[in-house]
Amino acid sequence: MSGMPKLTAQGPAASRAALLRIADVDCLADCSGVMFIPGAQALVVADLHLEKGSAFAQRGLMLPPYDTQATLAALTRVIAHYAPKLVIALGDSFHDAQAGERLGMESRGELKALASGRDWIWIGGNHDPVIPDGLGELHSSFTLAPTTTGALTFRHEPSPALLNASSAAGEVAGHLHPAARAVTRSGSARRKCFIADGSRCILPAFGAYTGGLSIHDAAFNGLFSEGAIAYLLGRERVYRVAAAQCL
Amino acid sequence: MTLARAKAKSDSEGLLPAHFTRWFAARGWRARPHQLELIARAQARENALLIAPTGAGKTLAGFLPTLIELDAGRRNLAGLHTLYISPLKALAVDVARNLETPVAEMNLPMRIETRTGDTPASRRQRQRRHPPDILLTTPEQLALLLGSADAEYLFAPLRRVVIDELHAIVTSKRGDLLALGLARLRALAPAMTAVGLSATVRDGDELRRWLAPQTADHRISMASLVTAPAGASAHISMLDTRERLPWAGHGALHAMQEIYAAIAAARMTLVFVNTRAQAEAVFQQLWRINDGNLAIALHHGSLDAGQRRRVEAAMVEGKLRAVVCTSTLDLGIDWGDVDLVINAGAPKGASRIAQRIGRANHRLDESSRAILVPANRFEVLECRAAIDAAAAGEQDTPAAREGALDVLAQHMLCRACAGVFSADEFFLEVTSAEPYARLTRKDFDSTLAFAATGGYALAAYDRFAKIKRNRDGLWRIANPRVAQSWRMNIGTIIEAEMLKVRLTRARSAKTNDGARYTGMLTRSGRVLGEIEEYFLETLAPGDTFLFGGEILALQGIVENEALVNRAHGESPKRLPMQAGKFPLSTYLAARVRRMLSDPSCWQHLPEQVAEWLELQRRFSALPGAQNLLVETFPRGGKFYLTAYPFEGRLAHQTLGMLLTRRMERLHMRPQGFTANDYAITIWGLDDIGARLRAGNPSTGALFAQDMLGDDLEEWLDESALMKRTFRNCAMIAGLLERRFPGKEKTARQMTMSSDLVFDVLRRHEPDHILLRAARADAMTGLLDLARLAAMLSRIEGRIMHKDLERISPLAVPVMLEIGREPVYGEAQDAVLAEAAKDLWNEARGA
Repeated sequence: MSGMPKLTAQGPAASRAALLRIADVDCLADCSGVMFIPGAQALVVADLHLEKGSAFAQRGLMLPPYDTQATLAALTRVIAHYAPKLVIALGDSFHDAQAGERLGMESRGELKALASGRDWIWIGGNHDPVIPDGLGELHSSFTLAPTTTGALTFRHEPSPALLNASSAAGEVAGHLHPAARAVTRSGSARRKCFIADGSRCILPAFGAYTGGLSIHDAAFNGLFSEGAIAYLLGRERVYRVAAAQCL
Repeated sequence: MTLARAKAKSDSEGLLPAHFTRWFAARGWRARPHQLELIARAQARENALLIAPTGAGKTLAGFLPTLIELDAGRRNLAGLHTLYISPLKALAVDVARNLETPVAEMNLPMRIETRTGDTPASRRQRQRRHPPDILLTTPEQLALLLGSADAEYLFAPLRRVVIDELHAIVTSKRGDLLALGLARLRALAPAMTAVGLSATVRDGDELRRWLAPQTADHRISMASLVTAPAGASAHISMLDTRERLPWAGHGALHAMQEIYAAIAAARMTLVFVNTRAQAEAVFQQLWRINDGNLAIALHHGSLDAGQRRRVEAAMVEGKLRAVVCTSTLDLGIDWGDVDLVINAGAPKGASRIAQRIGRANHRLDESSRAILVPANRFEVLECRAAIDAAAAGEQDTPAAREGALDVLAQHMLCRACAGVFSADEFFLEVTSAEPYARLTRKDFDSTLAFAATGGYALAAYDRFAKIKRNRDGLWRIANPRVAQSWRMNIGTIIEAEMLKVRLTRARSAKTNDGARYTGMLTRSGRVLGEIEEYFLETLAPGDTFLFGGEILALQGIVENEALVNRAHGESPKRLPMQAGKFPLSTYLAARVRRMLSDPSCWQHLPEQVAEWLELQRRFSALPGAQNLLVETFPRGGKFYLTAYPFEGRLAHQTLGMLLTRRMERLHMRPQGFTANDYAITIWGLDDIGARLRAGNPSTGALFAQDMLGDDLEEWLDESALMKRTFRNCAMIAGLLERRFPGKEKTARQMTMSSDLVFDVLRRHEPDHILLRAARADAMTGLLDLARLAAMLSRIEGRIMHKDLERISPLAVPVMLEIGREPVYGEAQDAVLAEAAKDLWNEARGA
């Protein structure tokens, strides 16, 4: 048996993100799993699922209680890198409606620090239809409605009927936790990924305990045109693979 | 008293009641000495280990004391008298059937029942309320019973436990769980004694300790030993092929005509191979040449259960001439009148092969007949070593285990589900089980904390605790959901991530590029069986593979199903995971090394092999019995380093990962490596030989033991094998559920989350008890670290470096495996043969 090739970085640090275009808006798919939109100085992140660990613990599965800490640390790093003026969280930011009660003081402080000095829009998801208590000024930016900035609409669940030709607008969504397996001659690797065609992009889930759903799952049916591209998250860069070639 | 009866009584020294003796006589039998001795041990209330070869009446020996006691009515209590535990539920059912004969013919007053996963709920409930005299079951069912509120009522009257195939159970986590269960049974039924039935093992004392309760003062206590005489020695030969022996590969396809001829000459043959993939290939090839239309069937673990049952039934009815099978038929039941065993491929271990050979002729007085068919030249050496080991009666069963902490965590929930307990008493009980006899109180307490709240340094989950300590200091479960979840996740067998293989409507192969995955594939066809997900990981859509004797083309993977269609008239393109799960045993490896280093042994080897070794001696050097031969040579613009540790594929793969890391750090620019059971080769762009000659680094430094330090830790961070190991521990320990009540979670999603949990835990709490459990598994499991460490220590100061101008003869096999997708079929073989010829000519300087 041979050693497997690894998806590790070869290129310069500048290539940590891949350029993709949604409704003619330039967006960067970052290897951390966030999207950065240079034109709007906006950073978009999906499915943080904060306090997922403690939600499982309530049901008797004592997952390590460090997921919120890990997720916020990763988010802090990427926000420091892009220094966005606006952060859009695409929903399921909190694993459930009681997540705020379980959120530690330290994590609350970190969240507030992250949000200060920039605009922050929390879009509600199916896991967090209301923003949890105790998050102070973060409340004011909570919305259940899709948010539109320029040509792009940001929402939690991708809308089913976007593929009609008349629509010139683009959509950025989360919810589905896309993942794909890239196959090469010498092996294969399964990673979280962005999946996009010219009019829509679905972001990978960002949370430390969020898994991935294959982009060939029925849940993705009808959402993308045939030439859709998967952007697989490597350690230090993003790998661009045609969705049809992924397993 | 008639003369005959008096004689019978003196024969059995009063141990066997007269009507038992008559029953034996009526069948033309006499009770065997080991059967009588086991009765004597039972009457003395001793724990006992019976070591007996196949066909020695082992099971009847185990039950005779029970039948006698029940018949004599020597019981103070009604209720369960004897518990029989077998690793296979089919074996439990089979033994129950076999017991019916003496019980019916001697008209013995007793009720015998089985309890397996297939037993209907109504009967299980009845068994708890009105237990039979003898219950035959599996380790998992025992754990379930021990964790029920009825455990005390059910087991208090228990007098005997009989554990079948003990040698097979104790080498795994199932053995750990059973050992803990046995300790629990002793606490519930202090009068109980345990009997283990075992095949011949390397160290019987390990099993004897396992069967006896250990004490806190660390005085070792052991069960009594009863040994049956060995049967007629087996007649084992190595196939002396007329064909050219392959350099590499494991399929033994060169020998198919000869294997077929042997099948045709025998009544009923078992053809053992090491992997499912090999079984598929051998089966397909045998049918290709099956001019006599012999009934040859296929049996392996991935086939649909119904199909396996049909094959087994046909064997029993004598309708088959041969079955190509994997280790699924290694154990247990007599599936018919087998008179020949063929082992195609490497034997891997002396005891393993001895047991397979024992599958032929389950009668003691006739010798079993077996043919070993080496698939390549190294396997010739391995087969020779196995035959010598069998002649010497030597065994190489694995060493005894230290009890796993994840299994202990599961057992702690079992204990709590049965009722309140005191940690102090429970600690004494747990450490009375031999695998846990050396468990420290600190580790016990950490495991208890894990079972309760996850045991994290950040005590975030106290209010969610699964088990809690009352004010009286006793532990209890927090709520009934905990028991429910424990029941759903019981046992230590974690299935690999399996995908169902489903036939789908064939699509035109010409027009489906690109569009293959848009839109749903039709999921209309029937399910052919299951296949490990990682088998499919290297396949691209459209690739063909063998499954169930058919060539299938992969269409896609949808949820937990691999959708395939039949590909007619093609050779299968790929067959992932060719090598077996079992690495070459340390013992056989040592024998092979001795044989290699001593040319006087070569006269027993086929001429082609002796010639090969002679060339190696002339062009390079022979690996010694204790040292490590390292060769370096250039080839095709690259530089190679080949080493011959003979420590098995798993340890070699770990060595390859660690060596390439070290070479990378030394700027030796390694590009990749390949390992088999015997050797490892690493290639790169730097002249490795020149670097080693210049002592930059020295060979000693390159192979220094400290590679097991930081390099290892760093690698474990990202190793898929380590993650798989962790996943198993997490599920056994109850950190992750296999099934949620009410909804099945697919293994694919589960794998993802166990990897995430592993990453987070390693970063935040690297010394967590579950990571320690996973590391302990890695020592012996998929990473085989213990063996690698032993090898590195053995070869220290004994490395022989040969810097060569070209590839050596001994390097040919491992070089052939480079970049080679495991292939079968004629076309691929032709390509391979061509490649092999080139390398061979090169090695000879031709």
